[in-house]
Amino acid sequence: MDFDFSDDQKQLRDQARKFLAEKCSPKAVRVVLDGKAPYDKELWKGLAEMGFLGVAIPEEFGGAGAGHLELCVIAEEMGRANAPVPFSSTVYLAAEALLIAGSEAQKKKWLPAIASGEAIGTLALFEGKGNPAPKNVKLTAANGVLNGVKKPVADGAIADFAVVAARTGSSGRENDISLFLVDLRDGGVEVKNLTNLDPTRGQAEFTFKDCKAEPLGAAGEGWSILTQVLDRAAVLCAFEQVGGSDRALEMGRDYALDRIAFGRQIGSFQAVKHMLADMYVSATLARSNSYYGAWALSTNAAELPEAAAAARISATQAFQHCAKNNIQVHGGMGFTWEFDCHMYYRRANAMALGLGSLSYWEDQLIDRMRKKNAA
Amino acid sequence: MNFDDTPQEAEFRSLARAWIGANAPRQYEDELRKSSLGRTVLKNANILEVAKAWQKKKADAGWACLHWPKEYGGRGSSPIERVIWQQEEGPFGQLSRMFIIGHGMCGPTMMAFAREEHKRTYLPPLASGEKIWCQLFSEPAGGSDVAGLRTRAEKDGDDWVINGQKIWTSGAHYSDYGILLTRTDPTVPKHKGLTMFFLDMKSPGVEVRPIKQASGASDFNEVYFTNVRIPDHQRLGEVGDGWNVSLTTLMNERSAIGAAVSTGFPELFEYCSSLMLDDGPAIEDRAVRSKLANWAVKASGLKYTSMRAISALSKGERPGPENSIGKLVAGSMIQDVATYALDLQGAAGVVSGEDAELAGRFQAMLLRAPGTRVEGGTDEIMRNIIAERVLGLPGDIRVDKDVPFNKIPTKGRG
Ligand SMILES: Cc1cc2nc3c(=O)[nH]c(=O)nc-3n(C[C@H](O)[C@H](O)[C@H](O)COP(=O)(O)OP(=O)(O)OC[C@H]3O[C@@H](n4cnc5c(N)ncnc54)[C@H](O)[C@@H]3O)c2cc1C
Repeated sequence: MDFDFSDDQKQLRDQARKFLAEKCSPKAVRVVLDGKAPYDKELWKGLAEMGFLGVAIPEEFGGAGAGHLELCVIAEEMGRANAPVPFSSTVYLAAEALLIAGSEAQKKKWLPAIASGEAIGTLALFEGKGNPAPKNVKLTAANGVLNGVKKPVADGAIADFAVVAARTGSSGRENDISLFLVDLRDGGVEVKNLTNLDPTRGQAEFTFKDCKAEPLGAAGEGWSILTQVLDRAAVLCAFEQVGGSDRALEMGRDYALDRIAFGRQIGSFQAVKHMLADMYVSATLARSNSYYGAWALSTNAAELPEAAAAARISATQAFQHCAKNNIQVHGGMGFTWEFDCHMYYRRANAMALGLGSLSYWEDQLIDRMRKKNAA
Repeated sequence: MNFDDTPQEAEFRSLARAWIGANAPRQYEDELRKSSLGRTVLKNANILEVAKAWQKKKADAGWACLHWPKEYGGRGSSPIERVIWQQEEGPFGQLSRMFIIGHGMCGPTMMAFAREEHKRTYLPPLASGEKIWCQLFSEPAGGSDVAGLRTRAEKDGDDWVINGQKIWTSGAHYSDYGILLTRTDPTVPKHKGLTMFFLDMKSPGVEVRPIKQASGASDFNEVYFTNVRIPDHQRLGEVGDGWNVSLTTLMNERSAIGAAVSTGFPELFEYCSSLMLDDGPAIEDRAVRSKLANWAVKASGLKYTSMRAISALSKGERPGPENSIGKLVAGSMIQDVATYALDLQGAAGVVSGEDAELAGRFQAMLLRAPGTRVEGGTDEIMRNIIAERVLGLPGDIRVDKDVPFNKIPTKGRG
């Protein structure tokens, strides 16, 4: 047993951290936050050049072929830096869906384009309120065309292609759902930008009217593929959330050492110390759950569904906890636009919803634990 | 990142499994499996005797205190082998709780500070459970503030003469030996005038008085010392260096207790899986599921945090203050879990003991849980440790830090 990242993986982390510190300063993030650009194109190009976008994509499809543990390492750094790029939608969702279910031709078309930074991808799953569930998919697919509305779609306004969940049957069960691949550059989809909690990662509404689409994976297999994609993305997002938690904790700690009130560093007040200690506790629990998820993901272990749900819940809670208390430690400064605290607060709360909300994953976890116990 | 056994680990596991399979006291397995914090487990046997017999059997076959050196009664195993053993020992590991203070705290302190001949004499019977040890630190004036203790040790020829009182000493009533922290110089600041010893609990002048706990049980005691003589060669560390010696003990305490504290989660999950509420099975209830999921990720987070710590240990890193997290999280969790389990029982939750649901398992847990948040350092002290020693925040302001101990203003408690 060795429950840690390898030295090579830690080196990769240092490399990614250094790169992001240089190319993705809070100032750079603010260009997107302030609406001056839909995402950081320079950074995206840089990430491609570093090989980070294709780190888990096999070499035959233009990636580095390193693996999912390496992707976890990079995800954590993306979260730390609060990177304003469509990393999660392209790399965790679209690329993973292609890896799991894509045909040879589909992989050849899109995966190298993802790795090189030429194509941004996303997953169009949600249709307004509600969590991932077959019954919530109303958009239809018939005779090779899609009709319906998807929202919110993460990074939808800048995406080049989308994996779309559609209804292909009427029994109301999981095997009614199939996945489709839509080249958004063909112009058959009406795209509307939506304002959202975290402007550093956009959200959009897609309207499909007799939009051409090609199947991704076998008909009726959509839900089972989606479940796998969401589980993998849950682990990868958990690492982003862990990175964000750690950064929020660090910001709070640094400020507590710096700010003087009542003639003392505020970090010498026990109420502040204990708040930071509790942030450390939740970040640590999340990190450990995420490591387990990383192991399950990288070995495709039977434990993955349960491990993914645990990582997701724990990391979501930790990031929300650390981000909100970081503002508290900063006092009034923390509530200004000028300080960076709110960027992490926004990201934490947006990420808590992106793959289905916390209560959805709680449900998943309990179901999966029951299944295991029954087995 | 690898959870599989290496070939050596697999071999160790099969050896351990085979030996446990052939030797464990199977007749108690079911009761041990159903035991939980705060509930005495064996109906028809004396748990102390059963625990001692199992420990002795393990020691004779080389399976006691796995990570200790062989010459002191251990096996010289790696940290990972220790974990494998615990996994294989399963519910029988409950029987070692009796020895946790001796094995987890006194043993390592002896190993670090006792003379070689004492180590060879005292450690093997401690490992084998033939002798039980206790930790005599806390006093009425010094609990969280350990260094506030007043028990005096005065040099008299080759002996030290001890006078004073300890309190909350777990297991003192059945202990053979103890490690004892005393004040040898009241004229210097409090951390500088302490000295550590070990002593025979049967020494003349030692009086043990059991204290009845809030839970109703009596696991801890007051211990009075009246002119108790301890030979100088039983001193641990230098005169006046007792604070540093005790830090070794406390650091080991955090990893020993931290890794051992139960969370109550497996018990609650099992309970909810079969419990019927008014509206149907508890496990189908949205609110129940949300609570369970929250505790599930805490329990798994703790489990994998300790695995990360063990991986670090096996690479030669030292256990650090981050181990404080285990007890801090598990302590309040088990209290909340027990409270919730009773809430699910409705009015009937008030009944405890054999007449209660599951023979009062959660009621016992509820009544024992407050102690977990206090023993081995309170929640507040744990948070201070994390804040100061992990995060590097300033220490609390200590008004008594540079004042000679005998000039510190005092106020009795209670
Ligand atoms: C079940 C049990 C078993 C025990 N076994 C042993 C044993 O075997 N050997 C032994 O030596 N001791 C033992 N103890 C004693 C235990 O270590 C002490 O009770 C504990 O350290 C707290 O000290 P105290 O009881 O004096 O509480 P106090 O120190 O009086 O604390 C009272 C309250 O003040 C808070 N407080 C105190 N100082 C601070 C601070 N600096 N910052 C913030 N809050 C603070 C505490 O957190 C607590 O809430 C045991 C205790 C229990 C409950």
